[in-house]
Amino acid sequence: MSSSNASNERPAWVAHHFDTAGQQVSSAKLGMWLFLATEALMFSGLFLAYFLIRKLHPDMVLVASEELNKAYGGVNTVVLIFSSFTMALGVRAAQVGNQKSLERNLMITIACAFIFMGVKYIEYSAKIHHGLLPWNFFDMEKAAHHSAALASFEYTPMFFGIYFTMTGLHGLHVVIGIGVLTWILIRARRREFTPDNYVAVENVGLYWHIVDLVWIFLFPLLYLVK
Amino acid sequence: MIATFIPPDKLGTPPMSESPWALLPTASNHAAALDTLYVFITILCVISMILIIGAQLYFMVKYRKRSDNDRTNPITHNTKLEIGWSVIPSLFLIVIFVWGEVQFMDMSSPPANAIDVRITGQKWQWTVAYPQFPGGPSLSCPGNAADCEPTEKTPTLYVPLNEPVRLTMNSVDVIHSFYIPAFRVKKDVVPGRYSNLWFTAIEEGEFPVFCTEYCGDEHSSMLAKVIVLPKSEWAATVKKATELKLEEGETMAHYGERLYGINGCAACHTLDGETKVGPSFKGLYGRTEQLSDGSSLAADDNYIRESILEPNAKVVAGYSPQMPSFQGKLKDEQITALIEFIKAQK
Amino acid sequence: MSNQTHDSVEPSYLVAKKGLLSWLITVDHKRIGLMYLVATLFFFMVAGLLAILLRTELFTPGQDFMSAQTYNQVFTLHGAIMVFLFIIPSVPAAMGNFLLPLMLGARDVAFPKLNLLSFYIYCIAAVMLVLTLVMGSLDTGWTFYTPYSSTTGTAVIMATLGVFIAGFSSILTGLNFVVTVHKMRAPGVTWNRMPLMIWAIYATALIQVLATPILAITLMLLCIERVLSIGIFDPALGGDPVLFQHFFWFYSHPAVYIMVLPGFGIVSELITVHSRKHIFGYRAIALSSVAIAVISFLVWGHHMFVSGQSELAGVVFSFITFAVAVPTAIKVLSWVATLYGGSIRYTTPMWYAMIFLWTFTVGGLTGLYLSTLSTDVHLHDTYFVVAHFHYVMVGGTVIAFLGGLFHWFPKMFGRMYNERAGAISALLVFIGFNVTFGTQFFLGHQGMPRRYYAYLPEYEYLHQISTVGSWVLAAGLFLVLFTLLAGLKFGKHAPANPWGGVSLEWHTATPPIEHNFHHIPHVESGPYDFPEIDWDSAKH
Repeated sequence: MSSSNASNERPAWVAHHFDTAGQQVSSAKLGMWLFLATEALMFSGLFLAYFLIRKLHPDMVLVASEELNKAYGGVNTVVLIFSSFTMALGVRAAQVGNQKSLERNLMITIACAFIFMGVKYIEYSAKIHHGLLPWNFFDMEKAAHHSAALASFEYTPMFFGIYFTMTGLHGLHVVIGIGVLTWILIRARRREFTPDNYVAVENVGLYWHIVDLVWIFLFPLLYLVK
Repeated sequence: MIATFIPPDKLGTPPMSESPWALLPTASNHAAALDTLYVFITILCVISMILIIGAQLYFMVKYRKRSDNDRTNPITHNTKLEIGWSVIPSLFLIVIFVWGEVQFMDMSSPPANAIDVRITGQKWQWTVAYPQFPGGPSLSCPGNAADCEPTEKTPTLYVPLNEPVRLTMNSVDVIHSFYIPAFRVKKDVVPGRYSNLWFTAIEEGEFPVFCTEYCGDEHSSMLAKVIVLPKSEWAATVKKATELKLEEGETMAHYGERLYGINGCAACHTLDGETKVGPSFKGLYGRTEQLSDGSSLAADDNYIRESILEPNAKVVAGYSPQMPSFQGKLKDEQITALIEFIKAQK
Repeated sequence: MSNQTHDSVEPSYLVAKKGLLSWLITVDHKRIGLMYLVATLFFFMVAGLLAILLRTELFTPGQDFMSAQTYNQVFTLHGAIMVFLFIIPSVPAAMGNFLLPLMLGARDVAFPKLNLLSFYIYCIAAVMLVLTLVMGSLDTGWTFYTPYSSTTGTAVIMATLGVFIAGFSSILTGLNFVVTVHKMRAPGVTWNRMPLMIWAIYATALIQVLATPILAITLMLLCIERVLSIGIFDPALGGDPVLFQHFFWFYSHPAVYIMVLPGFGIVSELITVHSRKHIFGYRAIALSSVAIAVISFLVWGHHMFVSGQSELAGVVFSFITFAVAVPTAIKVLSWVATLYGGSIRYTTPMWYAMIFLWTFTVGGLTGLYLSTLSTDVHLHDTYFVVAHFHYVMVGGTVIAFLGGLFHWFPKMFGRMYNERAGAISALLVFIGFNVTFGTQFFLGHQGMPRRYYAYLPEYEYLHQISTVGSWVLAAGLFLVLFTLLAGLKFGKHAPANPWGGVSLEWHTATPPIEHNFHHIPHVESGPYDFPEIDWDSAKH
């Protein structure tokens, strides 16, 4: 009977219904991986919608994607990849119990997320300014004034529809990321994590990596169509 | 036609069969082929049902609890039996699959000499048009539509006996589905694309047509009928059904009223002054209208004529430019009749 | 096995904590399961009453007491509530929650707080779906086909958001159960010793996790379509309306198995326990659940044979659909074979299991007509389809659910019910169900399209028989309700193991204590090794 004497050794952070710390940690990890699978599947639906639009209107997508600023997109890509790196360093720090490094890396990661959202804000403002929005808000006059080539296609607003949907949903994930990273940072400052108990840091790290990964697909598909 | 809905039980569609238990009429080549497969599957199902439920009932009686000291059989599996009951049904399934697939492919490939008919679906009516016989939509009482009873105004597809017919269908709003039970054919009618179905009618008579893709409020009333005629009568009947002309002794305004009904004008232009998508015809003739570009003009014969042929050239303020052009669909004489009809709406 | 000698000392989970608040903030899987049970039964009743209204309107061919709009809204709500608020959560979330940890010998599911969160997410979704009633209602059908749903004036956004949120509840429950099955099994509960109920719930949970995200994104796109207009589902704006159907059925076909697999699990338990037999073909039944789960992702196109998808796609989807028939047939045959050589007790749960074999076999066999390409062209979107899926969803899932309810009711509440009333309810349900839906196969074959509030007079006869059947079915279901409520109030106290089951939920007190077991059990035998089995006879 494994549970009878396990209670003597179990740390306080192990919940009542688990027998051992190991069981709790591996459950949390498996749960997180399943959650990541649902995230990937959800985005895959959007990618499918994107490919369909591209198949239906290939020329329009080529011209419309010219409107996206490759420099801003590139900067954001670098920022996110860098933040994934600092996140990984943070997890490593938690694993070896380096409190200072953990906090520092989490703060850098959060700062990167803010930079990303700042750049996104600049990009969105430009699109809104030129009226390049989904159908219901698309402003043909402004768009034609901005680029005659764009206005020559009948279905241009579709591209901006899927652009705002995909980057919007991704942006929402970044904002949620800022939230959970901050929560992890607060817990880290309270010194809740130890080399035995850092699965929360690891899971948030996994989440952050998938946010990064989605962007790595979004950037070439939306910005670098050719 | 668009404005008034006739409940299906009041509609002049022919009865499907005398008794609800009788089989459907087998009125097309597909129906004949498909029914054979249908019967084959039914026989298989009945045999399976007898075997499965028979065994169940037998066990239920034989192995009911007899005493508290009952001992039960220790069998936990039997690989041979399990492989057997996986493989043998699979073989039958393959037969059904291939059979159905061959028929389906045939149903999807219209012969080259098929007669073309166009079907348009719109909430909540079907319109039938024959490329060979340009004219109005065909209804179930050919000729003078003014004399038709309301129940005879069912959109009607006339097809010749023993000739392949291909329907090319599209929708102007949402998805509909064109279904002729007696022919065993059905196809979704999708906006933004054309879909096809074909059949050869093998039995004379009248058969109902249903819309089978839910399309809103009056989905249940979106009915039509097919009339199968001998080849010799077909062309003449279609010509008569689609032909629109001033009947003898008919006034121009009355002819205009028929055109108003048949062309679906009523969907947007009322006669009682109520504003729908377009202006009401009541008191329209001769009125001075404010246009959307700020200018104004009197609604005279020329303006009405232009509005029918180039509807969006001069739009009255407060309305959106969305009326389709009737260029090429209406003859001069018919436009004149419509103007007379509008003039009569004081 | 551990002996429950402390029964009198430790109170049951029902009374371990007191007060309404102790229920609302509970993380005990059994209490959460009961809350789900009450909620899902409530919605079953609501949607069932809507069905009776529909059937009553159809008593005559013309329009009677409902306008076309009302009828359309009522059938939409009937479908949406039945699917999203009753069938999907009923067995997994209500019964699964109660049973999964008990059957695995665990103290709780892996993530108890997440479990409670799922319940409240479900509640929010339910409130939103009900709110559509006051916001212009919903008239799209539960399938939300575009472009109708992206253009109609009714409360589509509210309804899709409701379903979207219900989807999250479903995902989180599924995730929780997958992790629980992987990580929380008591010592000795190997994969091959899990009750088939667990296998079924496990397969269901996998589908919930892997398919529901696609529904979520589909409904999100539909909402965005209505608010911003991307245009991908609207041909007028450059899109493709049939794409929505692909998206929708990619979730909703696997969802059919979310609905029916748990029913398979229940029936495996009922038949074995009440016939005192080891299940026939344990491995085949367990693996066929997983096989069905996997194949279910590859058959969505069989809902679209006449939609205008390519003929080749139709052929492929038809073939794969036939492939699903094989594992399903294996299950049915194994259940019948299990009865062989048994000692069958005709308790109420067993009656329901026997009804299930009949109704589900009919449902499965009539599926053949629909998976065959050519016959489906005729039968698609007629009452034949309506009858087929009611035979699977009601004849399969709901009948199994009722059987399960009678089987585990003593464990849940510690009370017995009146056996005779239970058996009569089974008889009424059996007759009512078959009269209602059996007739509809004939209607469908005669060409009667679904979703019609008025119809041609020649269908009147069959519609009237069906309507009368639905009243009998309703009477049977009310009798179920009264039997259980009366049992709750006046029933005699249930023993710990009234049916002589050997799976772990029968090895704890009735009703169970708060943390399920005084000592985590150590399992050394299978879930179907009943003492009555005459193992010695096999040696001869």
